[in-house]
Amino acid sequence: MTMLQFSNVLAIFRRELRSYFNSPVAYVVIVVFLAIIGWFFTSNLFLMNVASLRIVFELVPLVFLFFVPAITMRLLAEEKKSGTLELLTTKPVRDIEIVLGKFLAAWTLLAAALLPTLCYLISIGFLGSIDTGPVIAGYLGLLLTGAVYIGWGLFASSLTENQIIAFILGFLMILILFMLSRVLMYVPEGLATTLEFLGIDYHFANIARGVIDSRDIIYFFSLIGFSLYLTTVSLERRKW
Amino acid sequence: MSIAVRNLTKLYDGQAAVNDISFDVGTGEILGFLGPNGAGKTTTMKIITCFMPPNAGTVEVEGLNISDHSLEVRKKIGYLPELNPLYMDMNVLDYLAYSAELHGITGAPAQQRIREMVGVCGLEEVRHKDIGELSKGYRQRVGLAQAMIHDPDVLILDEPTSGLDPNQIVEIRNLIRQLGRAKTVILSTHILSEVQATCDRVIIINEGKIVANGSPDQLQRQFHGGEGLTVEMKSSVKDPLEEITPKLRILAYVNNVTLSSHEGQITRFDINVDRGQDVREAVFRLAVSEGWVILEMNRKITSLEEVFHKLTTS
Repeated sequence: MTMLQFSNVLAIFRRELRSYFNSPVAYVVIVVFLAIIGWFFTSNLFLMNVASLRIVFELVPLVFLFFVPAITMRLLAEEKKSGTLELLTTKPVRDIEIVLGKFLAAWTLLAAALLPTLCYLISIGFLGSIDTGPVIAGYLGLLLTGAVYIGWGLFASSLTENQIIAFILGFLMILILFMLSRVLMYVPEGLATTLEFLGIDYHFANIARGVIDSRDIIYFFSLIGFSLYLTTVSLERRKW
Repeated sequence: MSIAVRNLTKLYDGQAAVNDISFDVGTGEILGFLGPNGAGKTTTMKIITCFMPPNAGTVEVEGLNISDHSLEVRKKIGYLPELNPLYMDMNVLDYLAYSAELHGITGAPAQQRIREMVGVCGLEEVRHKDIGELSKGYRQRVGLAQAMIHDPDVLILDEPTSGLDPNQIVEIRNLIRQLGRAKTVILSTHILSEVQATCDRVIIINEGKIVANGSPDQLQRQFHGGEGLTVEMKSSVKDPLEEITPKLRILAYVNNVTLSSHEGQITRFDINVDRGQDVREAVFRLAVSEGWVILEMNRKITSLEEVFHKLTTS
């Protein structure tokens, strides 16, 4: 086995990103995303007189729950349905390169959707002072959380030809990750600590507090790695 | 030998789609893969192109085993899958650039190659259009262009002319002939005239097995059961079965004579003749001497259609 060919990843990444921005879907999803976040931020700002990004950091993972499956659902399902995946996998490209290229494209789109929320940061800067550390950490946490969600959304998309099913499957997988640390009061105490550690919230909260602990980073990266591994295996299912 | 297939078997749910087939394709040869739907043509192509592995058997492309050197093999192959899947939201030039990039061709060489392919495949007029806006004929050309963008040694084309109108079929067929000169080509089809027009050699497969392998001419000669002659004549004979048939039957090389219709004075016969023999003259002379008037005489040679039909129906 030779090394990963980064130029292949890049080719797939670029095509995928262009395809996002060639269709209205990306714009619609980004606008809806920003509208929801913006509405909460401004109502917080004007009604409650709180100039804080906390609401953004609390809300975004919840909105991602819908946003991410919407941007990942087509990534592989569409290519399976149209047959272009057959053409792609008979090019001199490894399956993992396909998976990585698509993952990175969706992640870039997610980052692009987050970018305009920096306006809130600037508006807060006018009104008061910004605690830079936690803000950077918070955004890092959002990007990592988004990456984990995208990994599982991509895996869901590899399981079916139907984009609607891919959306629902992706949503359910992400929902499980999202809910794990929110059902702690209903489970026995012994299980609670394990669940808390498995849930994404716990690690996001750690990072958002501004504490960047290697355990949290390892948690995020292993979840991402595992989902991408499963996606690759799922692509190879044609060979079974 | 450009492609060597040995004892290839592929099972779907325990059912053999391809059952222990072996064949070779020489460098520069255009091989036609013929068979009814579901015979195993597409499956064989999917295995050669490394889309899926066989359950048993091996394939070597340019001396490289497909399971040990999958990536190298894929570099040597240009593939046009069945139904020609394309990205409808990409324009032609972008799509060709993407295909080139996946083959590791970028920058100036890629631009050069794309220009060439656009020229060869006649895509100048549509090169800035989205593929989704193109007609089926143009899409097929785009499919061929992407298959050849990296100048592969081997072209695998799964039903390259399906769904095209007769003019487009001729165009694509000429294109394949032209491009196939320097390449090894395997193309599948169930249009027999296509095979006759394009291919150097034909393999007919049925139910996962090879039932015939040879040049179109060879197959015709090998599998036809003699030539036929249809004769329609006018005579005052009352009972042609008694008075005409026996006289025709004793002519040299005639195997069998059947009366196909008799209405008033018009009688039709089907005459079966030994392979390669022409009895038209003898029939004519007989008719003259007996005072029958020949209205029509038609020589039938077993077509590839009939060979195909014979081999693929049991």
